[in-house]
Amino acid sequence: MKLRLTLTVNGEPADTLVDPDKTLLEVLREDLQLTGTKHGCELGECGACAVLVDGVPLLSCLMVAHECEGRAVVTVEGLTEDGRLHPLQECFADLGAAQCGYCTPGILMTAKALLDREPHPSRERIREALSGNLCRCTGYQQILDAVEAAASLTVTR
Amino acid sequence: MTLRGDVIGKPRRRVDGRAKVTGQTKFADDIVLPRMLHAKLLRSSVPHAKIVRIDTSKAAAVDGVSLVLTGESFPIAYGILPVSHDEHALCRDVVRFVGDPVAAVIARDEATAERAMRLIEVEYEALRTFASPDDSLAHPEPRIHEYGDFGNVHKAVALQFGDVDAAIAGADHVFDDLFYFEGNTHLPIEQHATVATKDQDGKLVVYSSTQTPHYLHRALAKALSLPAAHIRVVATPNGGGFGGKSDPFNHEVVVAYAAMRLDRPIKICLTREEVFYCHRGRHPVLMRFRTGVTKEGTITGLDLQTLLDGGAYGSYGVASTFYTGALQTVTYDIPTYRFRGCRVFTNKPPCGPKRGHGTPQSRFGQEVQLDKIAETLAIDPADLRLNIVQPPDSLTANFLRVGTIGLADCIKKVVDRSNWRDTFRKLPLGHGVGLACSSYLSGAGLPINWNDLPHSGVQLKLDRSGGVTVFCGATEIGQGSDDVLVAIVAEVLGIDPFDVRAVTGDTDLTPVDLGSYSSRVTLMMGNAAIQAAERARELIADAVSVKLEIPKGRLVFADRRVFDAEDPERGTSFREAVRLAEAKFGTLGTTGSYTPPRSEAKFKGGGVGPSPTYSYTAAVVEVDVDPETGWVTVPRVWIAHDIGRALNPTLVRGQVEGGVYMGIGEALMEEQVFRRLPAKLSHALVHKFPSILEYKSPTSLEMPEVFTDLIEYPDPAGPFGAKEVGQGPLLPIMPAVANAVYDAVGVRIDSIPVTPEKILRALEAKAAGKAPRQGPASFPDIPWPETLRVTPPWAGGTGRADNEPARPTHRRVDAGIEARAAGITKEARS
Repeated sequence: MKLRLTLTVNGEPADTLVDPDKTLLEVLREDLQLTGTKHGCELGECGACAVLVDGVPLLSCLMVAHECEGRAVVTVEGLTEDGRLHPLQECFADLGAAQCGYCTPGILMTAKALLDREPHPSRERIREALSGNLCRCTGYQQILDAVEAAASLTVTR
Repeated sequence: MTLRGDVIGKPRRRVDGRAKVTGQTKFADDIVLPRMLHAKLLRSSVPHAKIVRIDTSKAAAVDGVSLVLTGESFPIAYGILPVSHDEHALCRDVVRFVGDPVAAVIARDEATAERAMRLIEVEYEALRTFASPDDSLAHPEPRIHEYGDFGNVHKAVALQFGDVDAAIAGADHVFDDLFYFEGNTHLPIEQHATVATKDQDGKLVVYSSTQTPHYLHRALAKALSLPAAHIRVVATPNGGGFGGKSDPFNHEVVVAYAAMRLDRPIKICLTREEVFYCHRGRHPVLMRFRTGVTKEGTITGLDLQTLLDGGAYGSYGVASTFYTGALQTVTYDIPTYRFRGCRVFTNKPPCGPKRGHGTPQSRFGQEVQLDKIAETLAIDPADLRLNIVQPPDSLTANFLRVGTIGLADCIKKVVDRSNWRDTFRKLPLGHGVGLACSSYLSGAGLPINWNDLPHSGVQLKLDRSGGVTVFCGATEIGQGSDDVLVAIVAEVLGIDPFDVRAVTGDTDLTPVDLGSYSSRVTLMMGNAAIQAAERARELIADAVSVKLEIPKGRLVFADRRVFDAEDPERGTSFREAVRLAEAKFGTLGTTGSYTPPRSEAKFKGGGVGPSPTYSYTAAVVEVDVDPETGWVTVPRVWIAHDIGRALNPTLVRGQVEGGVYMGIGEALMEEQVFRRLPAKLSHALVHKFPSILEYKSPTSLEMPEVFTDLIEYPDPAGPFGAKEVGQGPLLPIMPAVANAVYDAVGVRIDSIPVTPEKILRALEAKAAGKAPRQGPASFPDIPWPETLRVTPPWAGGTGRADNEPARPTHRRVDAGIEARAAGITKEARS
C-alpha cells in the first residue's frame, strides 16, 4: 500500500503517495518526473544518482524514499537560480567537464556539497571528494579543472 | 572562400553543454510515454545447453503481466555483420553463455515483470562448455554455431605481403615474443535502455541508447519482417558508448516486437549485471610477434599471429580479427608482413568493438617488442621509433594509404615535454618511464554492408527567420558530434553556433550516417556538412551578389553578415541574405554527402584497415612501482596527438584525456574474466564480477595528471583538416605502462593488465635467476588456411592476391559524391 511522503525538493514542497519500498531515486525519477538524476548501477557503486539531502551528498539509489520524510532534497534541477546556471554548471559546460553528461548530475551535486563546505578546496581535496563518482568519458581532468574554476568564480562574485 | 576560424579551432562550450549540466539531456531511460509497460529478460543460467522445455504459464498468470515471449516469436536471425547473422532476440534451441536471453516478460511495472520472470521454468540439457580458445581449438564438437570456418573456429585468415620468411631469415636479429591482452569491457555509466512504441499511424518507433541507429534500423526490419520505411529509430544521446552500444541488441528487438503486438509503449532498462552480459568489449588476444630487425634497428619483416577469444556470437568479430593485423604497417615501415588471425567461439558474452577495436592488443605487443628491440640494440626507444616512422604519402606493404603523418613530431614532443632524455633508464629503482606510439583510423573506409551509397549525409534547411537547421543521422555518444556538426555549418555560413539547430540520429528525419564507430563521424559527417553548407552559401551568395551588385567571389560570410571583402560596410545581415535567396530560388534546402576514397587493397580481407586518413599518437608514461608489493601508481602522462586540426580544442583535449584514462584502466586493472562455479553448484562458467564495484576501473584518485599536446598539420582528407581523436590516444597507454614498469623494476609484464601480482611473480623469478618476465609461454598450433599472397607495392603489386580465385569485384558507382579536401583548399567545389 502506498504511503504519504512529504518532503522539500529543490525548495518546493512535494506531497506524494509512494510505495514504501521505493528508493529516493525512483521517487525522484518516476513519481516527481525529475529525470535529471541518473542511475548507473542502483547498487551504490557508481555515484551517478547522488543528490543532496539536507545539504549532504547521498546516493539516492540506496535511500528508501520514506527516510526523506520532512527533509530537504536538492537535485540537479535545483542548481539553477533565477534562471541562471550555478557557477559549477557554467564551468562544467565551458571546460568540457561533461562529455556524455550521464555522470554529470551526480558529480555536480557532490562538488556543490564540497564547495558549500570548503569554498577553496585543493585539487587533492577535489579528487578525494569526487572519488566515489565514476566518469568513463573525461578522465576526470576537465572535471577537476571545472571545480577549481567554479571555486575561483564563486570568490570573485 | 577561406576559413576565417571564427568558430573552428576555438575552445568553445559544446552546443549541448547546457543540457548536460542541467540534467535536461534526455537519455533513453528518461523517456516516459502514456500507458507504458515494462520489460524484463530472463537470461540463461547455464553457459551452453539445449533448451528442452520452457514453461511460461505461471509467469503469464501473474496479475499485471501483459505478455510472455520466448524464442518462438523470433524465427529470424540478425547480427551486425552480414557474414554473421547468428543472433535471435530470444534463444530458440540453444543457449550459448550465462546471460543469453531466453524469455521476456512485459508487465505493468518492472517489479511485476521481474517477479513473473522468476516463475518461468526452463529445462536445459547441458552441452560441453568452452571456456577458453584452447578448449575451442581442441574440441570441434559440439559446435557453438553451425556456421564458421571449422569446428568452433569462427574465422581464420592468413595474409602475406612479400617474402617475409626470407626477410626475417636475412635479418641481423630476430625477436620472437608472445603477448597476451585480457578482455575488458566498456562500462558506460548509462545502462542500455530502449523504449518502443507504435505511433498513431501504426508504425514502429524505437528510442534507444544506440551508437548505430542505421544498423539497428536494418536489424529491426529484418528480425521483425517489417519494411524499413515503416520503422523509425531514434538514437537517444548515449550515456557513454565506447563501442558497447554498436550492435543491435536482443532487448531492442524484443521491446520493438512487443510494442507492435500490444500496441503499447514498452520500456526496458538493463541492470548493471545485464550490461556486463551484453558486453561486445575487448577481445582477449594471444599474440606471437616474430620480427626481423637490422642492427640499425629497422624492421625487415614481421610475422604476426593472433588468437582471439570471441565469446558466444559473431558480433563485429570478423572485422576485429582483421583489425588485430591491420595497422602495424600504418605506423612503422614494415616492408614485408605476414598476418594470421584466428577467432574462436567460447561460451562467454560476445566480444566486439571497444575503443580501438582489435588494434590495442597487437599495438601492445608491437610497442613492447620495440622496447625490447631497443634495449637489445642499445638504441633509445624514441630514436628507434623515429628511425622507422612510416613516411608520409606512402602505400604500406598491405596497401593502406598513409597521407599525412605527424608521428615523428608527436614522439619529439613527448620526449621533450617529459624530459625523457634525462629520465629514461636514469631513475632510481621503483621509478620508471615508458614510451609507446600508435595510429588509428579516421573512419573505416568501407561500410559494413558493402554498397555504393554515401557513408554520411547532411541536409540543411534555411528560411526567412535566419535560422538554420542541420539534419544528420550521426549519433551523439558524448564525443561531441552534434557540436562538430553545428560548428562546421556555423563556420561556413559565418553565423554563431547558437543560430544553428541540430537534428541528429533519427532515421525518419535525418539522412543516413552509418553511426558513431571507427572514429568516422568528424571526418565523414564533417565533410558532408561542409558540402551542404557550401551549397547553401552558394545560393545565398548568388542572391546577395545580384541584389547588392557585388561580385560573388568578393562576398564574405562572417559575423552574421554577408558583405563585400573590399568594403565591409557594404553588405546585409545573414537573415536578410537568406530572405533574398528564398525569394530568388524558392524554399531553401541543400544536401551534402561523403563517401571515402576507394582503397587500393583489393585482396580478400583488404576491406578492414583502409581509412581516408590516420591519426597518430605518442605517449610517455611515468610509473612508481613498489618493489615490495608490486603496486603501480601513475603520477604523470605526456601525450601528443596528431589531430590534423582541432575543431574544438576543449573537446579534443577531453577525448585525449578520456583515452588516457581508459588506457590506464586497461593497463592496470580492468578485466572481463570468468570462473567455473564449484561442481556441487552448477559448474557453470560465470562472469567473475559483473558489478561496477568489483570490475575495477580508475577513480579520480588513480587518474594521473595528463599533459596533452596537439600536433596540427591540417590533413587534406579531413574537414578543415581534422583527423580522429576518440580512439587513437588510448592505444599507446598500455604498452607505455608496461615499458615504464620495466624501466622501474626491470621485469617484463607481457600480459595486460599489469597487476601487482604479475609484477611480484616476475620480481620473484628475477631474484631466483629465472627470466624476469610474466606472460604467455606458448602459442597453439592453428590449422591456418592457405595464405593469400599479395605482392607489396614496392615490388610492383597491384593490390590483388597472387593466389586468390577471381571474385566479383565490388563496383562503386561514381555519383559525384566524393567530398575531399574539404574546407582547407580554396578551390571551389561542385
